[in-house]
Amino acid sequence: MIGLPHFLVLAGVLFSIAVAGIFLNRKNMIVLLMCIELMLLAVNFNFIAFSRWLGNLDGQVFVFFILTVAAAESAIGLAILVVVFRERRGINVDSLDAMRG
Amino acid sequence: MMQNVLLAIVLAPLVAALLAGLAGRLIGRAGAHSVTILGVATSFVLSLWVFKAQVWGGAPTFNEPVYTWLVTDGIRMQIGFLIDHLTVLMMVVVTFVSLMVHIYTIGYMHDDDGYQRFFAYISLFTFAMLTLVMSNNFLQLFFGWEAVGVVSYLLIGFWFKRPTAIFANLKAFLVNRVGDFGFLLGIAGVVYFTGSLDYQTAFHFAPLIAASHFTLFEGQTWNAMSVICICLFIGAMGKSAQVPLHVWLPDSMEGPTPISALIHAATMVTAGIFMVARMSPLFELSPTALSFVIVIGATTALFMGFLGIVNNDIKRVVAYSTLSQLGYMTVALGASAYGAGIFHLMTHAFFKALLFLAAGSVIIAMHHEQDMRRMGGLRKHLPITYWTSLIGALALIGFPGFSGFFSKDALIEAVAGSHIPGARYAEFCVTAGVYITALYTFRMIFMTFHGEERMDAHTREHLHESPWVVTVPLVLLAIPSVAIGWLTVGPVLFGDFFHGAIIVHPANDVLHEMAGEFHGPLSFTLRAFTGLPIYLAAAGVASAWFLYLKRPDIPATLRLRLAPLYRVLDNKYGFDWVNENVIASGSRSLGRLFFRVGDQFLIDGALVNGSARTVGWLAAVTRHVQSGYLYHYAFAMIIGLSALLAYMLLGH
Repeated sequence: MIGLPHFLVLAGVLFSIAVAGIFLNRKNMIVLLMCIELMLLAVNFNFIAFSRWLGNLDGQVFVFFILTVAAAESAIGLAILVVVFRERRGINVDSLDAMRG
Repeated sequence: MMQNVLLAIVLAPLVAALLAGLAGRLIGRAGAHSVTILGVATSFVLSLWVFKAQVWGGAPTFNEPVYTWLVTDGIRMQIGFLIDHLTVLMMVVVTFVSLMVHIYTIGYMHDDDGYQRFFAYISLFTFAMLTLVMSNNFLQLFFGWEAVGVVSYLLIGFWFKRPTAIFANLKAFLVNRVGDFGFLLGIAGVVYFTGSLDYQTAFHFAPLIAASHFTLFEGQTWNAMSVICICLFIGAMGKSAQVPLHVWLPDSMEGPTPISALIHAATMVTAGIFMVARMSPLFELSPTALSFVIVIGATTALFMGFLGIVNNDIKRVVAYSTLSQLGYMTVALGASAYGAGIFHLMTHAFFKALLFLAAGSVIIAMHHEQDMRRMGGLRKHLPITYWTSLIGALALIGFPGFSGFFSKDALIEAVAGSHIPGARYAEFCVTAGVYITALYTFRMIFMTFHGEERMDAHTREHLHESPWVVTVPLVLLAIPSVAIGWLTVGPVLFGDFFHGAIIVHPANDVLHEMAGEFHGPLSFTLRAFTGLPIYLAAAGVASAWFLYLKRPDIPATLRLRLAPLYRVLDNKYGFDWVNENVIASGSRSLGRLFFRVGDQFLIDGALVNGSARTVGWLAAVTRHVQSGYLYHYAFAMIIGLSALLAYMLLGH
């Protein structure tokens, strides 16, 4: 029987993969965006799992919101990415250090 | 009634000074001198009225506050008047000399741009001096004391474009600060022991103070009264230019001559003498302080006289003479002959103001030349100036019958009768001083008015007697210089004039002993011929005549023969050298040290710039944390989040 812990573990694994992706990836900004999506996905899993477990629909409503926001965020992120590419002729993460002190 | 009159006496010169000073441009030159002369004349006439009421009218001593400024911790700070015979005498002398100087100034400052300013200052001075002498408490005394100091500062530096004048007024101010520090300590001592600034209260508690002791250093106890009196006298040393705080007075001659006469000869410098006389109930209880006073006074009287002999600047000779005469007055105070000191103060005010104004008249005639080596033979050109200065000189050396004779002879006799430690030294100094006084005074008269004419041809052509505004004050001052001694010696010196105002311990009362032998001014004059001073004065005049008229080559030879001695005198015993090279430069070095170490190194270096540098260093270090890489920030967030979670989940 697949219970709540399985879902939570899955969400945790997904989240960890996303964090690792952010840390390890030094080349491609698109991967960063993908990792952020993955994190949001992990959160969504949690919401749904708890929603089911508690018998409360609020969590699932939240998921819809998050999905919408994530889509919008990806669109803006990709737009920024295009601009960055035009400016710098590349989307290498290591070269994006304008905030360096 | 009385209170309003007294207020008018004090405030009339102040109002006049404010009008002339602040509205000088509006009322013009004539307006300025009219209003100030009117103000001082008002004071003079009212002072005479008060004098009459006090001395002949038998009015009681007036001692009342007129205004309470503030009360703190039981100490009342008030403005008030104490009017007794001592005060009225001072008031009349101050306002009279001031009035003469006001009139004289019209002539002397005729061509000066600062005409209105000058009148404002001297009127302000009159106000300050009257505040000082009429005070009935230490606070007002101190106010007047400082106010006359400020006006003196302003007037010495009146020609503020001259570097020497600026140096001189700064010097006068700083030297007086030294004295004032002592003065303030003395006042603080009085307040500490009596809890009051009022004279009467302080005098009432005087025996109590005399029975108390200070412990200044471990194992050394000092009599409280001696400490207080010596502190007060240090104030007097500054204001009345006693050794070693005398150095400012000769330099103060940088100011215009009228103020040399008014402030630095006749009135302000006598404030110290007046103050000690006023404090006689305190000083009488401390033989130590009296000995200190008499020794300082005697040293000043004799050794400052010597300097008058070697100086060639006509005003400086008179200035050294003033120092010496102030020494005489101080000696009288030390010998408990306060009456003789005040009496000499009064006669000196007249004849020294006269001598200064006469010197000023000579300076006008010589087109502001002050070197006596370029004068000579002025007798024919300036007859009135000559005769009046001769009268002043005779009064100064104590020619029988002249005012200075009575005061000085009585003073010397009083010192001879005193038994206080140091009195014998003082007796020697004042007696020898008579010869010195006669020598330098007549050296000045002979070099200026007699002998060959040493000025250049241009000056000689323009020599003429000064205008009437200059000569009238000379004549008016010459009259009391001759007569005041004869008229007042009996009542003031040997009578009961200062009864209640000056309190003398019966054992010290030399004047009272002398009064028994006094039978009118004539017998006093005749009796003087049996004493030494009169012959010493004659010898001084004769020496001056021989050295500077008969054989003018001798002084030059003497100067070469006695070169080391001459150098000591020419350097004024090295006081200026010590002050400038040890005290002044020492203070400057100390200041520079504090500036370097305290200000530049500690405050600027360590505190201000140091804290800025620390912040800068900290910022430079933390800057490296900001790598600009997204994954670093994300990592930091995760670490933070994990730490927070760990704390929340595991911490409890």
